[in-house]
Amino acid sequence: MSDMHLVRGQLEKESIRKGFGRGLLEAGNRWDNVVAACADLTESTQMHLFAEAFPERFVQVGVAEQNLVTVGAGLAAMNKIPFVSSYAAFSPGRNWEQIRTTICLNDRPVKVVGSHAGVSVGPDGATHQMLEDLALMRALPNMVVIAPCDSREAMRATLAMATDKRPNYMRLSRSDTPVITTELTPFEIGKAYIYRPGRDVSIITTGTMTYQALAAAVTLAHDGIHAEVVHVPTIKPLDSVTILESVGRTRHVITAEEAQINGGLGGAVAELLGEHLPTPMLRIGMKDRFGESGKPEELLKHFGLTHTHIALAAHHILMDHTNHKH
Amino acid sequence: MSMTQKPMSVASMEKKANEIRVDIIKMLEHAGSGHSAGPLGLADVFTALYFKILKHNPANPDWDQRDILLLSNGHCVPVRYATMAHAGYFPKKELMTLRQLGSRLQGHPERLRLPGMETTSGPLGSGLSQAAGMALALRMDKAQHRWVYVVMGDGELDEGNVWEAAMLAGKYKLNNIIGIVDRNNIQIEGPTEKVMPLENLRDKWESFGWHVLEIDGNDIEAVIDATSMAKAIVEKPVVIIAHTVPGKGVDFMEYDFHWHGSPPNHEQAVKALKELRTLGGKIRSEHE
Repeated sequence: MSDMHLVRGQLEKESIRKGFGRGLLEAGNRWDNVVAACADLTESTQMHLFAEAFPERFVQVGVAEQNLVTVGAGLAAMNKIPFVSSYAAFSPGRNWEQIRTTICLNDRPVKVVGSHAGVSVGPDGATHQMLEDLALMRALPNMVVIAPCDSREAMRATLAMATDKRPNYMRLSRSDTPVITTELTPFEIGKAYIYRPGRDVSIITTGTMTYQALAAAVTLAHDGIHAEVVHVPTIKPLDSVTILESVGRTRHVITAEEAQINGGLGGAVAELLGEHLPTPMLRIGMKDRFGESGKPEELLKHFGLTHTHIALAAHHILMDHTNHKH
Repeated sequence: MSMTQKPMSVASMEKKANEIRVDIIKMLEHAGSGHSAGPLGLADVFTALYFKILKHNPANPDWDQRDILLLSNGHCVPVRYATMAHAGYFPKKELMTLRQLGSRLQGHPERLRLPGMETTSGPLGSGLSQAAGMALALRMDKAQHRWVYVVMGDGELDEGNVWEAAMLAGKYKLNNIIGIVDRNNIQIEGPTEKVMPLENLRDKWESFGWHVLEIDGNDIEAVIDATSMAKAIVEKPVVIIAHTVPGKGVDFMEYDFHWHGSPPNHEQAVKALKELRTLGGKIRSEHE
């Protein structure tokens, strides 16, 4: 994509969850053992495409998220690959222990899909803006944690999850998000990708913030700062090789995610660098607080989750570090 | 019953249940922690399941035509370990490793450690919903000849997850599930009706779309008959409310909720074993 398109917001936009809906339908077509269950949010989570195509492979559990994931564990026990979805605030928000015991400790390949994550859920307010899911899921042994950056990557992630033998969690968002990947963009579970090379600072991002990071890199380039954007669609297991290689070159790090700064991608990167490559770092994310009602764009601005904030952070970290050196 | 076992008489199964109780006492004393009352109370149900009711193969625990048995109240696992050892899943001497570092017999059961343990459990309330998922998968696969049994505690029914699953099984008329509630009327802090009343328990299940059978859960023949009856009921899932005596077979443990989560010490174990081995002379006069 061109830099102009990025900053002017002229890219095609689509909700990330739509890619999941198409991916699940395609997974259903490809593999007979793919099944799905939903907790009364079939259309919101885009599972309706699968449910309409394969009614005999779809389970409607009602508003019961603890049941949702444990029914999923039972389906997986009988060699099904179950995708179970609701809003992220409820699943994995409400049913964490069931996910821990019956999916992770039990090692069942259940695919937990949490839609409507982040403050960009908008007017529904803090109760529905899930910000702790990455931390909750990342803490669990055996769990793979995925946050695609656009609808196209969500579709590819869904297909990859359908053949992955491990428990998986994927977070989706509600608002329209610029489509920044192409049919040729690689995706593999467990891999991070350099979406834009640079030598001065690594902006390590996931989910909806990857677009913001790319836009920030464009404006930073005007100021003579060459930012490297490392997209991390798999937060666990973390692609430490790609991250350490990038940070080894740039020696400055910004992380960006539409989630709590504690325990999510920023936490994961800080843990990695703290042990292997201590590096000046700033984390962009929700700063240990809850969201509130508003329009998605308003909220992202209000809580400091835009390309402007990322660019500012990059300036700060480079300035601080330069001053320190001299 | 197991594909490798010879049919067993009810009298032999009663004797077997007593041997299993003896092993439960020995295991718990050796481990120094664990639950006594529930496992002793469930010995007859588990003997009936493993030696008569279940289609299973100890030599091939993953046999793809087996019936599934879920233990939702994972804290009662000593009875399952002891019964599995007697059924030939692993050597009986391994029972003495219960709750020790490196043992396959964890304090609460773990699927990945022990072949034949269908699920990991302990945190209460999620067995029935996993059973529902399994039953739905069997239905999708048109595997009508396989059954999913799920043993639940009565105190466990305080958990909301159970009733979410009960509602779902009722909705989908999952007649390939047979629930067994261990109705022993105790939980960790006291009598169930004092901690959190469950009655009218039959009405609760019936209103969720289940067919209810009530039996004496310490009567092996009644357990066998009830599961046969349950298989004949095709229009609904069936739950068997098995009224059991907590601590069954050990006089000083029976009906006492303090034994829910405690093991016997050495003196208590000696006393319990003596009682189980003689049953006041009854066992010897009946079976020897």
